[in-house]
Amino acid sequence: MTRRVAVTGLGVVAPGGIGTKTFWELITSGRTTTRPITLFDPEGFRSRIAAECDFDPVHEGLTTAEITRMDRYVQFAAVAADEAWRQAQVAVADPWRLGVCMGSAVGGTTLLEQDYVATSRRGRQWLVDADAASPFLHCALSPATLAAEVADRVGARGPVRTVSTGCTAGLDAVGHGARLIEDGKADVVVAGASESPISPITVACFDAIRATSARNDDPAHAARPFDRDRDGFVLGEGAAVLVLEELGHARRRGAEVLARVEGFATRSNAHHMTGLTTEGVEMAEAAGRALDHAGVAPDEVGYINAHGSGTRQNDRHETAAFHRLLGERAHHVPVSSIKSMIGHSLGAIGSIELAACALALVHGVVPPTANLDTPDPECDLDYVPHTARERPLDVVLSVGSGFGGFQSAVVLTKAGRP
Amino acid sequence: MSPAAVVTGLGVVAPSGLGVGEFWPAVRDGHLALAPIGRIDPNPYPVTVAGEVAAFAPDGWVDPRITVQTDRFTHFALAAADLALEDAALEPAAVGPFEFGVMTASYSGGVEFGQREIERLWRNGPEHVGPYQSIAWFYAACSGQVSIGNGLRGPSGVLVADEAGGLDALAAAGGELRRGARAMLVGGAEAPFCPYAMCCQLGLGLLSTSRDPATAYQPFTGQAGGFAPAEGGAMLVVEDADAARSRGAAVKAVVAGHGATYTGRRQFDQSAQGLLRAATDALAEAGLTPDGVDAVFLDAMADPSADAAEAEAVRLLLGERASRVPVTAPKAGYGRCYAAAAVLDVAAAVLALEHGLVPPTPGVRDCLFDLDLVTGAARPADLRTVLVLSRGVYGGNSALVLRHPESPITGGN
Repeated sequence: MTRRVAVTGLGVVAPGGIGTKTFWELITSGRTTTRPITLFDPEGFRSRIAAECDFDPVHEGLTTAEITRMDRYVQFAAVAADEAWRQAQVAVADPWRLGVCMGSAVGGTTLLEQDYVATSRRGRQWLVDADAASPFLHCALSPATLAAEVADRVGARGPVRTVSTGCTAGLDAVGHGARLIEDGKADVVVAGASESPISPITVACFDAIRATSARNDDPAHAARPFDRDRDGFVLGEGAAVLVLEELGHARRRGAEVLARVEGFATRSNAHHMTGLTTEGVEMAEAAGRALDHAGVAPDEVGYINAHGSGTRQNDRHETAAFHRLLGERAHHVPVSSIKSMIGHSLGAIGSIELAACALALVHGVVPPTANLDTPDPECDLDYVPHTARERPLDVVLSVGSGFGGFQSAVVLTKAGRP
Repeated sequence: MSPAAVVTGLGVVAPSGLGVGEFWPAVRDGHLALAPIGRIDPNPYPVTVAGEVAAFAPDGWVDPRITVQTDRFTHFALAAADLALEDAALEPAAVGPFEFGVMTASYSGGVEFGQREIERLWRNGPEHVGPYQSIAWFYAACSGQVSIGNGLRGPSGVLVADEAGGLDALAAAGGELRRGARAMLVGGAEAPFCPYAMCCQLGLGLLSTSRDPATAYQPFTGQAGGFAPAEGGAMLVVEDADAARSRGAAVKAVVAGHGATYTGRRQFDQSAQGLLRAATDALAEAGLTPDGVDAVFLDAMADPSADAAEAEAVRLLLGERASRVPVTAPKAGYGRCYAAAAVLDVAAAVLALEHGLVPPTPGVRDCLFDLDLVTGAARPADLRTVLVLSRGVYGGNSALVLRHPESPITGGN
């Protein structure tokens, strides 16, 4: 008996606003949230722009103790998890059957850096002064705390884990969370991802490899996936959480099913830690495998939520992968990147994109790719420039690539589909 | 867990030895590999004893071009992967292009590399941060480099489920084998000995501050005052049973069942129920009852309440057999290697099955609990089924059931 996975709750913290409703309005408006960095003084950095969340933890209902204990990315996750949990309204009779699977790429880097500055006298002391460290610094070393904090909020006693596959972590966390249900390890899993990477060390490390956009004089138009004039991705931050539930469990309690998670696969390119091939073989392979797992033919895919980071090599890699996957039909399937509007929040973005895909299925609307003014002649697909498009959707594919050479794919299907 | 997941190769880079040829005799004989920390020198911190892989240098294990791009934890993972492939006599090229993947667990990432780069940033400015910071520090560095270094294009993943993540990674690899992969390299590596990593660990309040290597890590005793941390790693080759059989591989053990639970951050008293539930689930998945357990490899946090909870879990699981089923914690001899700790335990447990010997808990004599903790010399035993327990400091409890390859295959979903 196959156990299938329903999505019964969504929570989002993203640039442009907190909450699923604000998020959906933003990403269907084509408006962008990229702006000059305010979280620290970016003077002297190559890329000085980002998509930041205007996030006030007190306003979002976190307690002083929580705010003190939790790093920014954990706070995002807590707020997103609370929203998703409220929407799902699920009572899990046996807490051992409730799991958590959260993703993050760089975890507590922000707190690690803050405390490093404090304990090292701004980098002058290799043997850092441990007495100057925050009592919560140990939580920053390992993002295991991310899943633990979410688990405490929902009372989970089942499998609780953090996935940290770099920039595919947001897809992988939901994929692995869905597997916990498929494999009978849990009936309900709170899955998602969170990231708050806008700190000097992370901005500097992407500066060093020129991965991020240096369009500092025009931040609103800096994230330009598939556009000829792109010059790299724009760093973002945020979180999304999905409540995953065994389909029968959801049906028995009469829950509203927003979408189903039906396929997940990952592949590695074994090629380069940051480089992508021009052929897109592994991404096509991961997507094909995920569709197989979902029992869906490539012909049935109605929308592809692309990785669309806005680097030249990614855009070409992905375009090749979609051609390989869909053949002739590739030209007729809309492909878009919401990173054009909310930036690239590393490990979190995959979950945020899955939230967008679930909402796209619910509303029958494909979110656009902003800033796509002059298509790269080598990127010849329908990237839904500027304006959202109404389109009845049954099957949506979301893909991602990450440092380490990882490619992941998740297939979501419409709730009512047989 | 699939009854079809089998261990065919072990690669170990541990304070007690490089490769199973060194590791097993050291573990079997209860060799003490804890020593004063050499990598932080001078060491101004209260934790001074640890398990270091002092003999390890990346030369000969890691391509020099990769050495400079990676942290020590990735050097361990690459070396352990080579050793595991050699032990399994498996050429990656002989496996289908998308059928061989990597799954690792990580706790602390490439933090020494990170400290050097973050120092450059704050001392000298952003333009002094090097190009490899973006790929050396993050938790996925080992899965990525092992995949690239060995041409593995199958499914990959990285679990940071605390220390218990090592067992969860094995279970996740089993999930990939059920979904079409033929082989997975699974494991973890840690290199937590630079000043800043130590500064982070001190906040756990769980590390031993004893200055005497002989008494620094004494789980389950009245002297339990924290664990000695360790560096190192282990990678295992886990294959689909049919794939292993068809290539004539020597099967070392069957990965028969897994369970994982969560019982709250730093609430070790709750972990008794959590470990019990995880172990019960793991045994059920293996098609076994607790009566089938021949030995238990313990988590051994060496915190009084954590030790008591673990002893309670074993008592609840095994009932009146609890006082006569041999239990052990070899890591007391070489330290607790965070996410790699449980993978090293699995390696030791596989070797125990192979040799019919339960290795001792080094340095421990007076066990406080009514358990048959093996101390002194290794104990001969007809081992068919071994249970490995693992916990994390943030509330994860995991259990893995390993079976002798000649045991009848039972259970599964």
